[in-house]
Amino acid sequence: MGERAAEGLVTGFVMTEKLAFTLNVNGRDFPVRVEPRRTLADTIREECKLTGTHLGCEHGVCGACTIIIDGEAVRSCLMFAVQAAGKRIRTVEGLANGNELHPLQRAFIAHHGLQCGFCTPGFLMLAVNTLEQQPDIGDEELLDVLASNLCRCTGYGNIVKAVKAARDEMRAGK
Amino acid sequence: MNETRAVKWIGQSVERLEDPPLVTGRGRFAGDINFPNQLHMRIVRSNHAHGRILSIDTDAARKLPGVVAVWTSADIPEVPPIDFREGPIEKLAPYRQPVLATGMVRYVGDPVAAVFAEDAYVAEDAADLVTMEIQELPPLLSAKDAPAEFSPGRHTEADILRQGYGDIDAAFQKAHTIVELQLSVGRHSGVPLETRGAIGRYDAARDMLQLHGAAKVPHRNQELIARMLKRKLTSVNVFESHVGGGFGIRGELYPEDILVCVAAMRLGRPVKWIEDRREHLIAANHSRNQHHKVRAAVAADGEILAIDDLIFHDQGAYVRTHATRVAMMTCGVLPGPYRVPLAYRAVCHFRLTNKTPAATYRAPGRFETSFVRERLVDAIAHKLKLDPIEVRKRNAVTVAEMPFKRPLEALGEEIHFDSGDYHKLLDRMLKEVEWEKLNADLARRRANGEMVGVGFAMFVEKAGLGPKDGVNILVDSTGAIEVVTGGASLGQGFETVMAQVAAEMLGVDYQRVSVIHGQTDRISHGIGAHASRATVMTASATRVAALNLREKALAAAAELLQAPVSALDIVNGEVVRTDRAGGPSISLGQVAAAHGKLEAEGWHHAEHQVYPYGNHLAVVKVDPGTGGVTVERYVIAYDIGRAINPTLVKGQIAGGCAQGLGGALLEEFTYNDNGDPLSVTFADYLLPTVREVPDIEIILTEDAPSPLNPLGIKGAGESGINGVGAAIASAIDNAIGIPGAVTQLPVTPQRLKAIIDAKR
Ligand code: FES
Ligand code: FES
Repeated sequence: MGERAAEGLVTGFVMTEKLAFTLNVNGRDFPVRVEPRRTLADTIREECKLTGTHLGCEHGVCGACTIIIDGEAVRSCLMFAVQAAGKRIRTVEGLANGNELHPLQRAFIAHHGLQCGFCTPGFLMLAVNTLEQQPDIGDEELLDVLASNLCRCTGYGNIVKAVKAARDEMRAGK
Repeated sequence: MNETRAVKWIGQSVERLEDPPLVTGRGRFAGDINFPNQLHMRIVRSNHAHGRILSIDTDAARKLPGVVAVWTSADIPEVPPIDFREGPIEKLAPYRQPVLATGMVRYVGDPVAAVFAEDAYVAEDAADLVTMEIQELPPLLSAKDAPAEFSPGRHTEADILRQGYGDIDAAFQKAHTIVELQLSVGRHSGVPLETRGAIGRYDAARDMLQLHGAAKVPHRNQELIARMLKRKLTSVNVFESHVGGGFGIRGELYPEDILVCVAAMRLGRPVKWIEDRREHLIAANHSRNQHHKVRAAVAADGEILAIDDLIFHDQGAYVRTHATRVAMMTCGVLPGPYRVPLAYRAVCHFRLTNKTPAATYRAPGRFETSFVRERLVDAIAHKLKLDPIEVRKRNAVTVAEMPFKRPLEALGEEIHFDSGDYHKLLDRMLKEVEWEKLNADLARRRANGEMVGVGFAMFVEKAGLGPKDGVNILVDSTGAIEVVTGGASLGQGFETVMAQVAAEMLGVDYQRVSVIHGQTDRISHGIGAHASRATVMTASATRVAALNLREKALAAAAELLQAPVSALDIVNGEVVRTDRAGGPSISLGQVAAAHGKLEAEGWHHAEHQVYPYGNHLAVVKVDPGTGGVTVERYVIAYDIGRAINPTLVKGQIAGGCAQGLGGALLEEFTYNDNGDPLSVTFADYLLPTVREVPDIEIILTEDAPSPLNPLGIKGAGESGINGVGAAIASAIDNAIGIPGAVTQLPVTPQRLKAIIDAKR
């Protein structure tokens, strides 16, 4: 039988010393205590209990884990949590204003830009950051940006339509 | 039903009920489910494709702080191998996969040990400390190679499957021309964006075992787990939460599902397992990998008299839950929309190899056979110097021949095309794309030195496997409506579609309807969601249940309103009088409150599957320098019988098409000569991005509603992917000007460049 209680034996090669720091997510401070090797994505999901940020590959290709840090769209699976201490982190949970959805969230619903919804938080954060940084982005350039994330359900056409519609709406609203 | 003022929901592209939580980060996927005091499981997998296990050393792993247990197969002798979904099959039983490798490892990724720890990171550290001594054996890596020993007295050809009719030899003797091809479809799979996950939980006080993170066929899995773990059916429940795409691979019972269940019971704590992407690419079901040696006996006018196909099906290391289903389907559906009057023979060698086990992926057996069949038609046209479209027209079953029976089977049923006008849809598509002009434009571009071409494919799909499905509908005193199904949702919009059907029948707003699926504790039966069954079977049952409920509600309201039932209607959740405006009315909630409860059940029985059909058309441009293919245009014409929500149908088609483009051009699980998998990250297993997928043009028609269900629906899940390999291959041939050049999918740049260079 394989069961045994953990006895706290030290093998010496695992870095398990925890660090205490604060993550600011969606304007709220979360004091956390995690090992230095813990990724930002895991920490946001498990310590901050914000599970909207998804993990599709954990090696930086799919973009499901995309969040915004200090005005930049980043892949939270490729960062350690401790690297984000003191920075302004935004996740999908912070997009809506109370019950009022962000124009991009509305556009994804209106244009059927999601099926299973697993890639959606990543696409939303990528697109939100892009439209905030470059409100006048052209169609071709937009495709280049969106090509950095993967979706396995939609075939992308409706995602592109949704982002373009939101771009046009946000621009008109200025 | 009387003429009603109620809103029609069927056929409307309403927004999905599913979306609000998913766009706000409030979805609940397997990875988001946590239970207090849970343990984390990590699987130690074989790094050898084939070998004898001499020893496994788990000591160092056990000593790591935070590790609670490490199991090998010796720790779970009572757990049998994973059984087949449809029940035991004696002949195949020895080829089933043990939950943990026993004696032998048979592919890289084969689970050898399981580590249980307080933390997922620690579990992973400990897994790295498990070592094993393996006596390596030569790996078998192709189903075309001669079978080898699987176990003493048993070789790797687990079965030979056959379907056919007529006298093949006589038909080939009669032929004006014989066309012969050798074709291969690469190993690829569904690869949903969410990896697999499973959480086992055991409530000792009630002796109740729970599996969370289930999908696709929850009731079947409940039954299978109960059978394997020798538990009462009522002491196992499985729960589906949000699911990040299925496509065939997810929701089958895998070793990890059983392990979390056994561990939860034995260790007395919830056990959570979340797969990583490398594991997914080497451990979840692969699919498609087949070789065909096919020949056709053809008359001078292009009529296909007979087809003879010899198939080698690469099953991978074990026979999983589907048994031989994909191979058998392949044998049955190859003729597709064509008559093939004299004879047909398919012989499929179902062979094990030292690669990841295979099973279904969206349009199983159909993506492969459409590629084979349509390649064959193109080759026939070329050989007889006929127009490929004319050859298709000559052979396609006509509307006058419907219903069309064929003495072959799909999923255990005789193939029986229920309705369809293949010629009409073909003409419609050719007209819409301006076929003549399109070809002239491409010819002009080719004359100017561009490698551009168009390709075409015809296919018949199948959907709505029976035999039956049942649904319960309840109205509570607030007027909220709950539709309880045994269906499953893998992201396709199941809830919205069922709500639309219930809402229309009942006369309520579809947003008032909530739809339950994948919860075995809520309903004792269910078919789940696979083989495009859900819309046909579950929606038909929902319709019946809603009509039954309507009848009860009207009868109860008639009493309360002192009015005859014939004078009543339900409009927007209110029972109203149709004979006078502004008369008394009563809400469904009030009727339910007055009545104690308002509840009805409904069943749909299906004797046969339904057969939707369609055409694919691709325009591609080839870069002769790199062999790269750009898909400039992709058009799909599809007759769905009746669309409940056209936007969702089109979404399914476009999504399937993108996957098909991946399988036709990019995606392939490759192995080196040692059997080491080379496609273990998203950097080497290439999913299409928005840059590889054009905006898919979809012509959705409702010319041939199914006579087999009252709504006329046929299902859409697999139509977008079915013909992609075929159409892309044909388009590439056309672009590079070498008929029959493409014999293997995917057409990677390296392969295509080799073809182009060989011709120069
Ligand atoms: S999970 Fe971070 S890029 Fe895929
Ligand atoms: S909606 Fe499923 S992966 Fe994008």
